Amino acid sequence: MTQTRFSPSIPSRPVYSGLVSCGSALSIMVADEAGAAALTDLARSDASVMDKAHLLLIGVSQATVQELSALTPRSLSQSPTVQGAEEIFDALIAHAAIGTLLFCAGSEGLIGQFSARAMRFGLSPDAIQSEHRGSVARRMQCVHCKGITEDVTTDPFICGHCGLTLFVRDHFSRRLGAFQGVCVDAETPGDIPETVEIRP
Amino acid sequence: MTLQFNDETFRGDYTFHNSPHAVRRFPFPFDRDSYMYSVNIEQHPGGAAGTPFEFAFDVDEHYVSEMRDRAITLAEDAQRCQSLPHMELAGWDLLELIMVSKARDYPHWFELTRDGNAWRWINKPMGVDDSFTFLDASTLPYGPLEYITRQAQGDFALLNERDGNLWLDAGMITSQADWSLDFDVGMNFFEWHAPVPKAGKMGVFDKALKFLLAVNQGQSYRRLNWTMTVNPRLDTSPENYHKWGPEKRSITPDNVGQRQFLRVELQTFWRLPRSNALAFPIRCYLASLEDLCTQPKWGRRLHRVLRDIDPDLADYKGFAVNQPTIVDYLSNFDDGAPTSQGIYPDASGA
Repeated sequence: MTQTRFSPSIPSRPVYSGLVSCGSALSIMVADEAGAAALTDLARSDASVMDKAHLLLIGVSQATVQELSALTPRSLSQSPTVQGAEEIFDALIAHAAIGTLLFCAGSEGLIGQFSARAMRFGLSPDAIQSEHRGSVARRMQCVHCKGITEDVTTDPFICGHCGLTLFVRDHFSRRLGAFQGVCVDAETPGDIPETVEIRP
Repeated sequence: MTLQFNDETFRGDYTFHNSPHAVRRFPFPFDRDSYMYSVNIEQHPGGAAGTPFEFAFDVDEHYVSEMRDRAITLAEDAQRCQSLPHMELAGWDLLELIMVSKARDYPHWFELTRDGNAWRWINKPMGVDDSFTFLDASTLPYGPLEYITRQAQGDFALLNERDGNLWLDAGMITSQADWSLDFDVGMNFFEWHAPVPKAGKMGVFDKALKFLLAVNQGQSYRRLNWTMTVNPRLDTSPENYHKWGPEKRSITPDNVGQRQFLRVELQTFWRLPRSNALAFPIRCYLASLEDLCTQPKWGRRLHRVLRDIDPDLADYKGFAVNQPTIVDYLSNFDDGAPTSQGIYPDASGA
C-alpha cells in the first residue's frame, strides 16, 4: 500500500507530503493499521529514526505490533481506540522535550486529529510530518451543531449528532482537525442529492 | 445631531428599514457598470461629510437595533466571539481605537475619560456608563474584544502577524456572509479565503496579503465588498443556514423589490499599536432593491452589473437561484442611458 494521491483542491485542504527522516531526532509517531506501513518504510529509509521514537499505534493487529517492535523504537504503546490513544498521546507530548517531532501516518481523521492535538500543546506546525495511507474517509465537523462525525465515506452524509444531512466540503480546519459539513438541503428541505462515495 | 435610532428587527418579522437619508448615503459598491474582483483599497477614514466613509467607525440609524440583534445571536451561540489566548492585547488595542474614535467623532453620544489606566466610558445610545482599568480584563463584564464589539456595528476580526502571514486568531462575527468564525479561527490568510472561487488564481490574495503586511502603525485603509441577501438578515451564518436557507427560495416577481437586499461590507484595516495585530472591521449595510432604485443611476447600474456578472460569482454570492427574477425587476429601472463615474448617486436623484 502506498501514499494516497489526492485531487487538486482549495488551499485550506491539507496535503500530506510524506514522512522523511530527520535522523535520530526525538519524536512521537502515531499510526493506524494502514499508516504503520509508512513507519516501516520510514525506518527502512533510515533506521536511526527509531532511536528516540515513541510509537503510538491505534487499532492495529498483533502482527503489525510485532513488525514495528522489531524496528526497536524507544517505546511502543498501543490502544484499540482513538479515545484511549488520546490519553497516551497527551502523556507523551506533555513530557516531550523541546524539539520533539510528530509523525502521523494513516487516515485523514487520524492525521488531522493528532496534529490539532499536538498544536494545542504548543507544537509548531513545522514540527509535524504526515503521510496519508489507507481509507479516504474524512473526519467531519457539522457547522450547525459542531459535532464531529468520524470516518465519513459518503457525500452527503448524516450528522451523527443533530441528524441533518450534510455535504462534504474541502474546507479544513487544522485547529479542529476536521473538514466542514454543511446542510445540503437547507434551502429546499427534503431535496437531497444522490449519495456518492468520497473520492481522494 | 438629530439622528433617531430605528427600532427594528433583523429576523422574524424583519422590520428593518432605511430612511431616505440612509438610502442616499448607502455605500453603493459599484463604480462602473460591471464587476470583477479587485483589491480596490483606499485610505480610511476620509470622505464627504455624511458619507459612511467620513469617520473611523460610522454610527447610523441602525446602531441600537443592530446591537440588540448581536446580543440575541450571542445568547444563542457564544462561539460567535472567540479570541485565542495570545490575542487579548489586540482586543485592548481595538477597544482603545473604537472608544477614542467614537468619543472624538460623535461627542454627543460617546464620552471617554482617561486618567492613566483608569478609564470611564459613556455610551449614551446604549445606556452604558462603565469605569474600568485599561489592560485589566477583570474590570470589564466581558473580554475587551467582546465588550467593545457588543457596542460597535459590524463584525470584527483580529489578525495576528507571524511567519509572513496573517492569522485569524480572534473575532466577533455575528453578521457574516456565510462563513464560520468557529471553524476558521486560527487559519492563515490563504486558508480562510480558500473557498472563494477564482480570486486565488487571479492573484488577488497574494496582492492583498502583501498590502496588508505593509500597513504600518497609524495607517488605515478600506475597501468595499458585497453580496446579496434575501430579507434584511444580519445573521446569515453557516451555523444557522438550515434556518434562513428556505427564505432564499421565497423570492417572487411580486416581492423581489422589497425582500431582496444588496449587502455591502465596508471593510477597514488598522494596524494596532501594542499587539502589532491588524484589526479588520467588516461593517454590513443592507438596502432593498426598491430603495436602491430610488436613485436612477444605481437602478441602471445594478441591473447591468447583476445581468452580466460571471456565473461563478453569482453562485458564490448566493443569488444565482434568484438572478433571473432580480434582473427582470431591475430592467424596469434601466432605460439604457449612460451612468456617471463613481459610486455616489447623481445630485438629481430622488
